[in-house]
Amino acid sequence: MGAPYALDDSGVVVIIGSGAGGGTLGNELAQKGIDVVVLEAGKRHEFQDFINDEWDAFSQLSWLDARTTSGGWRVAKDFPGLPAWIVKAVGGSTIHWAGASLRFQPHEFKALTTYGQVAGANLLDWPVTSEELAPYYDKAEFKMGVTRTNEIAGLPGNNNYKVLKAGADKLGYKNCHTGRMAINSKERDGRQACQQTGFCFQGCKWGAKWSTLYSEIPKGEKTGKLEVRAESHVLKIEHDASGKVTGVVYADKDGKTQRQKARVVAVAGNSIESPRILLNSASSMFPNGLANSSGQVGRNYMRHMTGSVYAVFDKPVRMHRGTTMAGIISDESRHDPSRGFVGGYEMETLSLGLPFMAAFLNPGGWGRSFTTGLDNYEKMAGMWLVGEDMPQEQNGVTLHKEKKDKYGMPIPNVAFTDHANDIAMRNHAYKQGMAVYQAVGAIRTFPTPPYPSTHNLGTNRMSDKARDGVVNKWGQTHDIKNLFVSDGSQFTTGAAENPTLTIVALAIRQADYIAKAMGAKEI
Amino acid sequence: MSSHDHHDHDHHHHHDHDGGPRLSRRELIQQSGLIGAALLVSGSAVMSPDRAWAMETTALKPDTMATLIQLARDIYPHDHVADKFYAVAVKGHDTKAGTDAAHKDLIEQGIADLDKRAGAGGYRGLGWEEERVAILRQIEATPFFQTVRGGLVVSLYNQKEVWPLFGYEGESFSKGGYIKRGFDDIQWL
Ligand SMILES: Cc1cc2nc3c(=O)[nH]c(=O)nc-3n(C[C@H](O)[C@H](O)[C@H](O)COP(=O)(O)OP(=O)(O)OC[C@H]3O[C@@H](n4cnc5c(N)ncnc54)[C@H](O)[C@@H]3O)c2cc1C
Ligand code: SF4
Repeated sequence: MGAPYALDDSGVVVIIGSGAGGGTLGNELAQKGIDVVVLEAGKRHEFQDFINDEWDAFSQLSWLDARTTSGGWRVAKDFPGLPAWIVKAVGGSTIHWAGASLRFQPHEFKALTTYGQVAGANLLDWPVTSEELAPYYDKAEFKMGVTRTNEIAGLPGNNNYKVLKAGADKLGYKNCHTGRMAINSKERDGRQACQQTGFCFQGCKWGAKWSTLYSEIPKGEKTGKLEVRAESHVLKIEHDASGKVTGVVYADKDGKTQRQKARVVAVAGNSIESPRILLNSASSMFPNGLANSSGQVGRNYMRHMTGSVYAVFDKPVRMHRGTTMAGIISDESRHDPSRGFVGGYEMETLSLGLPFMAAFLNPGGWGRSFTTGLDNYEKMAGMWLVGEDMPQEQNGVTLHKEKKDKYGMPIPNVAFTDHANDIAMRNHAYKQGMAVYQAVGAIRTFPTPPYPSTHNLGTNRMSDKARDGVVNKWGQTHDIKNLFVSDGSQFTTGAAENPTLTIVALAIRQADYIAKAMGAKEI
Repeated sequence: MSSHDHHDHDHHHHHDHDGGPRLSRRELIQQSGLIGAALLVSGSAVMSPDRAWAMETTALKPDTMATLIQLARDIYPHDHVADKFYAVAVKGHDTKAGTDAAHKDLIEQGIADLDKRAGAGGYRGLGWEEERVAILRQIEATPFFQTVRGGLVVSLYNQKEVWPLFGYEGESFSKGGYIKRGFDDIQWL
């Protein structure tokens, strides 16, 4: 276990959040001998504690602190208090992520150059190129044990995959397999192989799926250089007269306010909480919040173009058996404006259990059109559609004007409205998704609307110029040298791929940079 | 968001274990005055026509509970799911009405409104699902309807006893997952 650091130890790197970004950065820094304190708002559950039950696991793991929503998205109507489905626990959303681990395509780092100006979108090229990130993608894939990389075999295909694959073949799609998954197809790195239990979204009780909870964090703790302080909810980051950050204020498990000093602070609370903390840290020197000279903190919120297609067949599928998301069709992920939109999307297998299917198949739906769908649960196959959505300035996270949480911190409002490009892409994806299943005899198909956001991106985006974004190519804030952002909120654009591999690659790269800058006494 | 209402359904079965119901079916039908309706109401209880189960109400009128059960089925009709599961799914409204007067009003008034809209025989008196659904379409935006519907999403579909009726197998860790139990057993493709 990691050595506890004193509250007034001003030599430590404080990381806020222990998920994909924070947990990885913490371990990487600890491996280099740097003293790290990770402050995590949630509790620590070990993987044996996870529950194979959708609602019980939801209550155990989810971030359920009050949030509000606005804008034109359907989530604001169906789930007004739940804009995002993410985790509050040590390990963050890597506890219930599905494990799909894809690299961005090279052109996706150059969205503005590739797509050109898109009206109403706040597009920008990443200040990082695909070539620069490639060695870190290598490291991330090795660390996470991604199948189909490093000579790791793919996962076996389950029933849901077989239906997808048969449909893909019939339609002439060429790129369909059981995915690049951070799930062990064989025992590796002290973790066992996937047992096909089908509860990836509820936390993997076998530890077969990579999660910072039982991969990164224990390794970091073993060095004696990493302390993870659970149930420590950061409220605000403090700075000195020179504008450098000096530490953070947090509420401990008894709700008591504590102050942890720091040499460097890295924010990794996921894309709703990270900007919320920066905005809530406003001071007379930084009246609009920390690192916000561009006015971009909290803006450009992206959640991926998403949707699902479920289909009913005349014979059983039993999609709930086996790995939740081990199946992908990548043919539509290319940029091909002849389809009527810029960017592309992936099609990935997805299954929900009956309780979540009832909640998400058609939120608010009722009557026989709805229930005759559920009647055929056993004969259903399902896929998730995930594609690049457009960053828009007015989509974002703001502090609520009146409502506060139990610590007196303003709650976040999440505003989102689809861009016309998002809608055109979703309609195309629905059509193709339904065609995949119709090609193998689907009797009925269901174009299912987006769930509360699982991918939350862009609210502290990376930019070359300080006026366009919040952080530079290292995730270091343009305004404050010893303040970093280390999660998905750094994303300049979203790309078509699931984000976590990129978050992890960026965190590994950032650790190198922080270690070097600390060594050179720049920070 | 989780609901555990289903845990208390066991003690609503007692009539068929402790010597049978007190009233004959004929008497019940006469007393309830609801000949032809599916659910029977007697004293403070709602009972299934075959007397397989009965549910006492404590805060809501038993007639209200009977209509709620019908309403639940009309909102989420599954012909292979027995009434007792719908009864369990709406029982929470009776419990909540016991401590929350506003909730009691919401439910009692909502049901009274349904009966009024249905005319002489009341909501349960309408023989066809279509007739009842036509009324529900008129009120689907009301807090009453949304409260009942929203609650059902969890209280109906999160009953573990209901899952097998849909072919959902639930927890699998204790059985070793599906790696040796058919994760890839599809034959018909
Ligand atoms: C159901 C589901 C399935 C998914 N599947 C995939 C997939 O297959 N592939 C993929 O690439 N991605 C997937 N994702 C997305 C993935 O989980 C996230 O992209 C990733 O975990 C985000 O990393 P992060 O570091 O930004 O945030 P998180 O992993 O969410 O970590 C943030 C942490 O910060 C903590 N925190 C927040 N605020 C504070 C505060 N004020 N003080 C202290 N701590 C705080 C939170 O409690 C949390 O633990 C999935 C997500 C969900 C919900
Ligand atoms: S299907 Fe595999 S990865 Fe998913 S929870 Fe089960 S064992 Fe873990």
